[in-house]
Amino acid sequence: MIDVTESAGPVATRISGPIITASGMGDAQMYEVVQVGELGLVGEVVRIIGDLATIQVYEDTTMIKPGAKILCTGAPLSVSLGPGLVGNIYDGIQRPLPGIEAKSGAWIRRGEKVDALDNARRWTFEPLAAGGDTVGPGQVIGQVAETPLVTHKIMVPPDMSGTIRSIVEKGDYTLLDPVAVIETPAGAKEMTMLQRWPVRQPRPIRERLRIADPLITGQRIIDTFFPLGKGGAAAIPGGFGTGKTITQHQLAKWSDAEIIVFIGCGERGNEMTEVLREFPELEDPRSGRPLMERTILIANTSNMPVAAREVSIYTGITLAEYYRDMGLSVAVFADSTSRWAEALRELAARLEEMPAEEGFPASLPTRLAQFYERGGAVTTLAGERASVSIVGAVSPPGGDFSEPVTQHTRRFIRCFWALDTELANARHYPSIHWLHSYSEYAEDVKGWWEAGSPDWEELRTEALTLLQREDRLQQIVKLVGPDVLPDSQRLILFIAEILKDGFLAQSAFDENDMYCSPEKQVALLRLILSLYRRGRDLIQLGVPLAKIRGMDCVADVLRAKAAFGNKELYKVGELAKRLGDETHELEQQHVKGTSCYE
Amino acid sequence: MNDLFSDIEDKGLEYVGASRIEGPLVVVDRVRDVGYDETVEIIDPSGNPRLGRVLDVSGKQAVIQVLEGTTGLATRTLRARFLGESFRLPVSRQMLGRVFDGLGRPADGGPPPLSADRRDVNGMPINPFARRYPREFIQTGLSAIDGMNALVRGQKLPVFSGNGLPHDRVSAQIIRQARLLEEQVEFSIVFAAMGIKHDVAEFFIRNFRESGALARAVMFFSLADAPSVERLLTPRVALTLAEHLAFDCGQHVLVLLTDMTNYCESLREVGTARGEIPGRKGYPGYLYSDLASLYERAGRIEGSPGSITQMAILTMPADDISHPVPDLTGYITEGQIVLDRDLFQRGIYPPIAGLPSLSRLMKDGVGKGFTREDHPILASQLFACYAYVKRVRGLADVIGEEELSLLDKQYLKFGEAFEGNFLNQGEYENRSIETTLEMGWDALSVLPREELHRVSDELLRRHYRSKPKAGVQDQSCAATQKV
Repeated sequence: MIDVTESAGPVATRISGPIITASGMGDAQMYEVVQVGELGLVGEVVRIIGDLATIQVYEDTTMIKPGAKILCTGAPLSVSLGPGLVGNIYDGIQRPLPGIEAKSGAWIRRGEKVDALDNARRWTFEPLAAGGDTVGPGQVIGQVAETPLVTHKIMVPPDMSGTIRSIVEKGDYTLLDPVAVIETPAGAKEMTMLQRWPVRQPRPIRERLRIADPLITGQRIIDTFFPLGKGGAAAIPGGFGTGKTITQHQLAKWSDAEIIVFIGCGERGNEMTEVLREFPELEDPRSGRPLMERTILIANTSNMPVAAREVSIYTGITLAEYYRDMGLSVAVFADSTSRWAEALRELAARLEEMPAEEGFPASLPTRLAQFYERGGAVTTLAGERASVSIVGAVSPPGGDFSEPVTQHTRRFIRCFWALDTELANARHYPSIHWLHSYSEYAEDVKGWWEAGSPDWEELRTEALTLLQREDRLQQIVKLVGPDVLPDSQRLILFIAEILKDGFLAQSAFDENDMYCSPEKQVALLRLILSLYRRGRDLIQLGVPLAKIRGMDCVADVLRAKAAFGNKELYKVGELAKRLGDETHELEQQHVKGTSCYE
Repeated sequence: MNDLFSDIEDKGLEYVGASRIEGPLVVVDRVRDVGYDETVEIIDPSGNPRLGRVLDVSGKQAVIQVLEGTTGLATRTLRARFLGESFRLPVSRQMLGRVFDGLGRPADGGPPPLSADRRDVNGMPINPFARRYPREFIQTGLSAIDGMNALVRGQKLPVFSGNGLPHDRVSAQIIRQARLLEEQVEFSIVFAAMGIKHDVAEFFIRNFRESGALARAVMFFSLADAPSVERLLTPRVALTLAEHLAFDCGQHVLVLLTDMTNYCESLREVGTARGEIPGRKGYPGYLYSDLASLYERAGRIEGSPGSITQMAILTMPADDISHPVPDLTGYITEGQIVLDRDLFQRGIYPPIAGLPSLSRLMKDGVGKGFTREDHPILASQLFACYAYVKRVRGLADVIGEEELSLLDKQYLKFGEAFEGNFLNQGEYENRSIETTLEMGWDALSVLPREELHRVSDELLRRHYRSKPKAGVQDQSCAATQKV
């Protein structure tokens, strides 16, 4: 009698959408990668019961039959790390989309296998260590100029340490050529420029640090009112059409991080194409180089397989951690984490797990926490300061923020940019609502801002207070109309209007306005608030509000954000002076007028 | 012809009897060599085949979703034949001008189309790297769309409507009038009707005939009396043909899917029958992914001259835009045209709601080099002013119109001009983009010049109509009256 299972090896026994059950899997490991059938569809083991394993497949399973062979690879889902990541675009399991196109044309055929990094390309490796040096995990032994913006550090893998027995001279090598031999306690090991790391496991660090620097995004409402720290985590929730994606794109374009990882997770194909076409043409405001030279894109659009969507988030964050380990500041943008949570829900339902709120698995908060906790300001293994900041878009059904994904996300982030449908309807962008948003990083980054503008916190608080008071006054206006309010209160309505139009609203398409330097932000805010302060004084003297509104400079204050470039700050100064002159004149006139009566 | 299908028919092993029939599902036991998503023919007692597909398969059993209904099937006598492949549609350019049923079989009495090219109706995802970003402005001749929510070629823009609203008339008008500015290329039309009534289908056919579009239209009908599960394949069948016409034949295809709410209800029906864990309102948790697998089959591909532009009509149950169907649709499509019952009742046609409507691709398809330089700013200013009109109307409801400030009264006047002249137009009125833009400036010029914060001085000089008479006085008062 022949043992059938032994000779047959692992085979599929049941197929239900992206979930396959397989027998003969007694030796499988949890989260091990397997290949299914003749096409070799990539999947991951997500449950083991005795001899049976449940596999989540990253590709379409149409026409896979019970009896299909399963090939175990023995390793968990891992990404390739090395020079060539920056400027590339990958799907959720790190297959390069240009490579797939070269092989199978405009459509993504299943079973396609393409190396994540080009193994044939030669990179100029420059050694930074010498034979005989003792090296620990994460220590830099050489570098490669990956793009004009990114110097890629070649590091000792986190699980290796020892003495360098030999290291190659400066020269051109492929990713597979050994560049060093390290004498480790377990024997001599060759090192190449290519490493692999399992995506579901955070890369090790030495310690976490307190967040002190802001991530400058050039967006006024974010930087000035609700700043994100380098290493912090923020969420942008908003119903459809509120501008989540545009805001995310703006942040990805203008943030002063050294590496941007943009994860398009279950979103529109055309949006990814837009990023792909636009980023190589846009210039980084600091270096003047194309933005693509510091960007990695992960695109798993909504029509690509749902299991790959689930893993795309981890793929993205692992790449981010790798660059962080080189001592860089990295920003990760995930659009949208709700689609990722929905992928979790879909897979959990197929696994017949008991659902918690709204059908989401009970593990949702844990998974969210694990993701956001992979960000942070840290000291790397090599002892350098570095950070991973995370911005996650959330797409609550019906724009209702009380749904589980938004609610649980709020527990693990400290910065909340609430998008508002009403503002978006009036085409006030970014439609971040000033009363519903918050940032706990404001305290942390205060020091950085005040080094340049000592009155930063004062200005910020004053502006936010004005907006709050305006909101209360609007309640009254809604009931009785604005005419009953005294001029002093109508001045608040007037200034709030200017704050909204002239400061908070920011065009993503206007050349002068799309990126606003921190200096210009403070200058604009100071200008608007000086109009308020002067106006308040004048009204106390008895000058009617209409006169203040009628000043010539008012229209220019409103348009200052787009009229002056970031390098023309002196013009804001000139305008401030004009404002001073005009208000002074008004005061003189008024004083004369009243003295005439006497 | 026969040769083509003969090998497939031989392949199918026939199984007699089922262990369970439940709603649209049939469970056949002890199957062998059956694949997931394989097509099945279920032979009913009278010997007619009904199409089905495999939803779940193990060594023990196969769960089959019967697309043409399970009425009259019996566990003992039912026969199932597995066809050895997933559901495929023969595609050919000759299908233009024809009518098919919801599963792609001829319904006009004509012969099946000759084609050796049989495509999997599930399609394959387009590689985002291979896409071409859509940016060619389509003039629909409707000011509300062209002026404020412009459509571009390769976009997917749904119409959110409600029962009783004229979504059919609006979409028929768009199809009739849609054209590009510089070239005179006509769209091929692929029309998929899911669960709509016969007279609605009739209305579209009549419209296509009147406008001479019938010869370049393909229709797939799964009408209200067809088995509901059939509808799950109808849009897939239609989009498979559209992809062939667009990316193999190089045509510009406009796909009209109506009514997506019916499609989603069929999906819910099957999900419930399978005992799946439901998400919101009983819809399955994978509704988003499922809808995306349809809507994302639109766009342009680098190196291919053709395009697919998609318009899906859906009726929002109880006019609720946060209902899962419109909500998830809005998250996938590139904007939405929302019809408004209030405007409709006031006799404004097309009743396209000013504020919640949105076209995400407009920013890249209008303005200098596309339509006219002032277009984006004009649209933005119209949105801002109309949003304020809504606030003033709310205020007027409370304190009465007489108590409003002069400026607010002017806003009310602007609101009337905007709705009555700019939005409102005839069902056969085809406005050029220039007319639309001029009418937009006409409406804005009801307001004092200082109110148009978003417009630069230079554009104001060129387009603002100064009113010599009352206007001057109005303006000076306005300055003192605001706030």
